[in-house]
Amino acid sequence: MTDKTPIVVMKGITIEFPGVKALDGVDLTLYPGEVHALMGENGAGKSTMIKALTGVYKINAGTILVDGKPQQFNGTLDAQNAGIATVYQEVNLCTNLSVGENVMLGHEKRGPFGIDWKKTHEAAKTYLAQMGLEAIDPHTPLSSISIAMQQLVAIARAMVINAKVLILDEPTSSLDANEVQDLFKIMRKVRDSGVAILFVSHFLDQIYEITDRLTILRNGKFIKEVMTKDTPRDELIGMMIGKSAAELSQIGAKKARREIKSGEKPIVDVKGLGKKGTINPVDLDIYSGEVVGFAGLLGSGRTELGRLLFGADKPDSGTYELNGKQVNISDPYTALKNKIAYSTENRRDEGIIGDLTVRQNMLIALQATRGMFKPIPKKEADAIVDKYMKELNVRPADPDRPIKNLSGGNQQKVLIGRWLATHPELLILDEPTRGIDIGAKAEIQQVVLDLAAKGMGVVFISSELEEVVRLSDDIEVLKDRHKIAEIENDDTVSQATIVETIANTNVNTGKEA
Amino acid sequence: MAEKAKEEGNALVKKLLSNNLTWSVLAFILLVIVCTIFQHDFLALSWNDNTGGLAGPLITMLQESARYLMIATGMTLVISTAGIDLSVGSVMAVAGAAAMQTLSHGTNVWVSILIALAVGLAIGCINGALVSLLGLQPFITTLIMMLAGRGMAKVITSGQNTDASAVAGNEPLKWLANGFILGIPANFVIALVIVILVGLLCRKTAMGMMIEAVGINQEASRMTGIKPRKILFLVYAISGFLAAIAGLFATASVMRVDVVKTGQDLEMYAILAVVIGGTSLLGGKFSLAGSAVGAVIIAMIRKTIITLGINAEATPAFFAIVVIVICVMQAPKIHNLGAEMKRKRALKAQAKAVAA
Repeated sequence: MTDKTPIVVMKGITIEFPGVKALDGVDLTLYPGEVHALMGENGAGKSTMIKALTGVYKINAGTILVDGKPQQFNGTLDAQNAGIATVYQEVNLCTNLSVGENVMLGHEKRGPFGIDWKKTHEAAKTYLAQMGLEAIDPHTPLSSISIAMQQLVAIARAMVINAKVLILDEPTSSLDANEVQDLFKIMRKVRDSGVAILFVSHFLDQIYEITDRLTILRNGKFIKEVMTKDTPRDELIGMMIGKSAAELSQIGAKKARREIKSGEKPIVDVKGLGKKGTINPVDLDIYSGEVVGFAGLLGSGRTELGRLLFGADKPDSGTYELNGKQVNISDPYTALKNKIAYSTENRRDEGIIGDLTVRQNMLIALQATRGMFKPIPKKEADAIVDKYMKELNVRPADPDRPIKNLSGGNQQKVLIGRWLATHPELLILDEPTRGIDIGAKAEIQQVVLDLAAKGMGVVFISSELEEVVRLSDDIEVLKDRHKIAEIENDDTVSQATIVETIANTNVNTGKEA
Repeated sequence: MAEKAKEEGNALVKKLLSNNLTWSVLAFILLVIVCTIFQHDFLALSWNDNTGGLAGPLITMLQESARYLMIATGMTLVISTAGIDLSVGSVMAVAGAAAMQTLSHGTNVWVSILIALAVGLAIGCINGALVSLLGLQPFITTLIMMLAGRGMAKVITSGQNTDASAVAGNEPLKWLANGFILGIPANFVIALVIVILVGLLCRKTAMGMMIEAVGINQEASRMTGIKPRKILFLVYAISGFLAAIAGLFATASVMRVDVVKTGQDLEMYAILAVVIGGTSLLGGKFSLAGSAVGAVIIAMIRKTIITLGINAEATPAFFAIVVIVICVMQAPKIHNLGAEMKRKRALKAQAKAVAA
């Protein structure tokens, strides 16, 4: 393999932002016909490295050779012209256009009277067929196909522009297992046609399934380049987070179940809470110091139930009791006033307020509950920010930086700090570990356990069953917008228990099918 | 040591160059220089015993800037929420018409002033309600109010350009536009105090941060417990109220409302002042100080047009050219031009080295 000529050689890449070196002399070499993964924690510099290669950021030092020619990218167009195509985490296609128009955008077939749409769509069909996507009609509007399919269309588009390098940044984070397999099938096809693929994913299984070569980064520095097949998992994780495998295994222990004493009153007691078309009526109680997991597939209603508990959506049925008192949680303000906080799964659109600083982002919810005209005294604000920056280990430790400049995991920590600053009795965490690396994940999981130990009620929503099982006292299983089971999570319960419950329960009867 | 000092100096220069305010102030000074070349006593100030204040071209410029300061301040807050208020010019006419009409019908001058302010506030509240409660687009909502406002002003005065200059007891209003405080134009002082008060209100409470939050990400703001509707309503109400003050300034200087010309095109001036001040039309972070400087620059450009004796047909073109030049000077791309060229040269050298 080593005798291959690399298609991209990045050497000594350094990128500085005001006050911080995001990348410090990082090397990356991509070979044609290989899938290469960038590995590292949040803030390790993976995204920055990709942005250097795609021309989003200008590099301060180092060289980029594509096909042996030095390149200086002054924008994404330069990178595209050099044959580097990117499919981002959030698909960047035009949802209002048809599939074919998206695939061929900028490369439409021309006839005597301008664009020949018929030929254009035919060409799109050939490209799609090359990737085994004959089933997609190029005339269908992009918005009508699933996100997974849209991603595949984005890859087809990359093939149209004759890309030599295809960058896939977290393409699998919102896909289910089957969709991931479809994606991998196409990735293999693309790879075998001689394209170099740069792949970023937080799922280790996927890394081992699809990649040939790994480059490991930590804190903006190059650690090592290795072949995937020669590298055991614990060694890889160790290199990523700079800790030994033994230290890691400690995180893996299951939470000791919190026993509810007889006569104890729950913090939250809802009966028949629901909203038409969103989630069918649910009964639920949450006790102080308890972690309640919501398990279910994407679209099962787990997020919707969390949003109802917080008043982000208005319920249209049911009763809501807080510490024995009837309440009407109709909007987030009322929820926060009643000491309920909700951390969204959609960090970018509903979580961070990008241009505001870390400090402002941390204080804004507390400020909102106090009212616009009662500013938090500076001393108190400083203390709060200082406390959560340290407790949650937010990096970089500079609260005056705009939050949008932080990595995903650190943004997540700031948001958790935001909700903790309001001193909630019930904290709803929706996918708090999505799209963040193992190190930050473990930190956040530990925070959940610590909070419960201090007496907070926590709702933990995650698509990763493993962490739900490990952290929860009770698990509410949801399917097709119904709550289908409540599982007391003792030693006999495993991921398999939940998968079986989901698979075998009939939604309408609540009985085993 | 010397090197370090030099480095720090460079950093300071860099920071200054990338600051919009620097370029605004520079543009202002340039305009003053141009005017001084054409009219050598442009900077001259004299004391006028009749008015009890300073006199000179700069003073009349400040007098005119007061109205721009008011509408630019309101516009800044509205634009920060990713909205726009096209109705401010018309609100000026409505408020001015209300003041002049009531005054000429014998209403006490203070009551007239209050009526004018109330009318402006009411129109602002209607804008706010339409945008926040009904979720209408700010552009459409305030565009309609801009058209409707002109109509309202005409209805109030029955289509006349009501003149209240001869009405007894109108002195307080006259003073508002033409009077002096410690020798400085009263309307400018009042406008400045209001800008500072709004600034303090924004920055000493959480109002400014919440306005910015709503402008940056409305849904995320709602999830933090902020009530975006309340914020939106508030900024349009403030904008309407400040436009009414601007309307008083504009009409009181001649004690006459011109239902067609009062406040005409001034929504554009306000938007330009905000842009010159460095607040993005996409919403988010805002700078009241920047907008205030922008407002004074607008007044200065108008003064320059008069000083240079540019004929009426060419004034819009001149105005546009100056504004574009200021915006170009502020563009980060222009600031990076030098570094960009350096990088390109380095790349070429690198390519040559590889080829060799």
